[in-house]
Amino acid sequence: MSWLQKLLPPKIKRGLGANRKTVPEGLWSKCSSCEAVLYRTDLENNQEVCPKCGYHNRISARTRLDFVLDAEGRFEIGAEITPLDPLKFKDSKRYADRIKASQADTGETDALVVMQGAIKTVPVVAAAFEFKFQGGSMGSVVGERFARGVSVAIEQKAPFICFSASGGARMQEGLFSLMQMAKTSAALTQLSKAQLPFISVLTDPTMGGVSASFAMLGDIIIAEPQALIGFAGPRVIEQTVRETLPDGFQRAEFLLEHGAIDLIVDRREMRDQLAKLIGNLMHHTALA
Amino acid sequence: MKTSFLDFEQPIAELEAKIEELRYVQDDSALDISDEIDRLQQKSQTLTKDIYSKLGAWQISQVSRHPQRPYALDYINGLFTDFDELHGDRAYSDDPAIVGGIARFEGQPVMVIGHQKGRDTKEKIYRNFGMPRPEGYRKALRLFRLAEKFKLPIITLIDTPGAYPGIGAEERGQSEAIARNLYVMAELKTPIIGVIIGEGGSGGALALGVVDHLMMLQYSTYSVISPEGCASILWKSADKAPEAAETLAITAGRLKTLGLVDRIVSEPLGGAHREPEVMMQTLRRALKDELHMLQVKSTSNLLEARLDRLMSYGKFKEATAK
Repeated sequence: MSWLQKLLPPKIKRGLGANRKTVPEGLWSKCSSCEAVLYRTDLENNQEVCPKCGYHNRISARTRLDFVLDAEGRFEIGAEITPLDPLKFKDSKRYADRIKASQADTGETDALVVMQGAIKTVPVVAAAFEFKFQGGSMGSVVGERFARGVSVAIEQKAPFICFSASGGARMQEGLFSLMQMAKTSAALTQLSKAQLPFISVLTDPTMGGVSASFAMLGDIIIAEPQALIGFAGPRVIEQTVRETLPDGFQRAEFLLEHGAIDLIVDRREMRDQLAKLIGNLMHHTALA
Repeated sequence: MKTSFLDFEQPIAELEAKIEELRYVQDDSALDISDEIDRLQQKSQTLTKDIYSKLGAWQISQVSRHPQRPYALDYINGLFTDFDELHGDRAYSDDPAIVGGIARFEGQPVMVIGHQKGRDTKEKIYRNFGMPRPEGYRKALRLFRLAEKFKLPIITLIDTPGAYPGIGAEERGQSEAIARNLYVMAELKTPIIGVIIGEGGSGGALALGVVDHLMMLQYSTYSVISPEGCASILWKSADKAPEAAETLAITAGRLKTLGLVDRIVSEPLGGAHREPEVMMQTLRRALKDELHMLQVKSTSNLLEARLDRLMSYGKFKEATAK
């Protein structure tokens, strides 16, 4: 026993946090950008945007669609499609096991959720990526759900909106994943033929095969503030060119400055903004 | 030119060195050792056949990147006549990592576009190792449109490690350039044939690869990510590239079985670089067949078939309606 421990009265000795009253888990959270300590409910009521600094936290696919779509009249598209393991892919883990783990973890069957619904009573089809499902990577299921969403939009004469959040193509499905880039892009040619808008919303992060296919093909391309958007990942670029990347490289603001996107829209204004754009593109009577 | 040998070809290299040595000896010797040379040459052939009959995916990947492998311009010079290379994207610059232009194939005017790698260090740098920047894809896009306008069938020759991951490339919209090509190729009103002649590296390859008929040379590869890249992400070590290559299914054989490639064009024993003239003739016949097959189709049939093919990509489970 050290001299200090001998000196301390028994009550304090046991202390060191063990006896402290515990705060319920998840009541507070710290903003990962400005480090402000936030009341969890405040953050939730603010669409997961930090009320202090405006930092946009990543959100799940369903939360995303909840923020944007009317509560009434939603139908999910493509839920009956679930992933296979066509290559029997195995690295340190089997792909089949990775799928199961992601499914248990997220409650989703794959990385894209597509819904038919409405924004302020205007019918739309909206798709959103679940980034927590294998980094939002695009494999066969993502591609097929996207394509079916586009088909429904054409049938319903509705605009198609996609919220991207993805690391790119899913390696574990090999070339099938690469082909989803071609498939989703081809689906959009049909939407275009029907003269229906495709609004692509890029959220943090939108990279690789997703960025290099449908995500950059929006009639209107919107990004959330600060979202990382690009073809190659920053680390790959740094290793290739052997220089440090400029500040703000591949962020939404950088893309706007370089002419790659139309608008940066705060998440809290997204629903209004989408309603306005769609109303104008579709010649709807102006909303009050 | 002296053939350079890959690691797994070392037994062949040793034998070939011995043959070379004997030839040298024979030149200034009264003794006739031509029988011996013939015998060794036979042996070398058998050995090559043996080694090449059981190549793994990683070894095939090495052959696909062989420094002496014919590149796009070699095929253009070997298979086409009257080639006029066309340059530039009309917006920023000319990207030497992609070459393209109008030429004649078997007397017929066509548009030919391909990735171009460099042979020596200087040219490698000039061609950026066959890794295009956005302006390369935009030049290709311009040529696609030109071909459509003048009803020229398009032949693309695919051979790239991937689109270039650089600062300028990102600034000028690498993603958009690739995406735009996928979109436009899906509805381009002229037949498109793609040939993977070497490395089919991910999105950078696909941007010339949305086609009506896709061929792969026997020892070419086509992959969503390089085996090294995949290994360093999933195995946390680039040394696991051989395992990654195997499991990623990047070879012509596997991809044909999976229904992602239409035709495998066989290569001469030991790879295209061993006998480039033979390779040219085999590819010429394959292109002639397929071009003919596509050109008898009406444009609407062609586009419908292309769209159906694109929309059919993918393997998934579908629950039947209850």
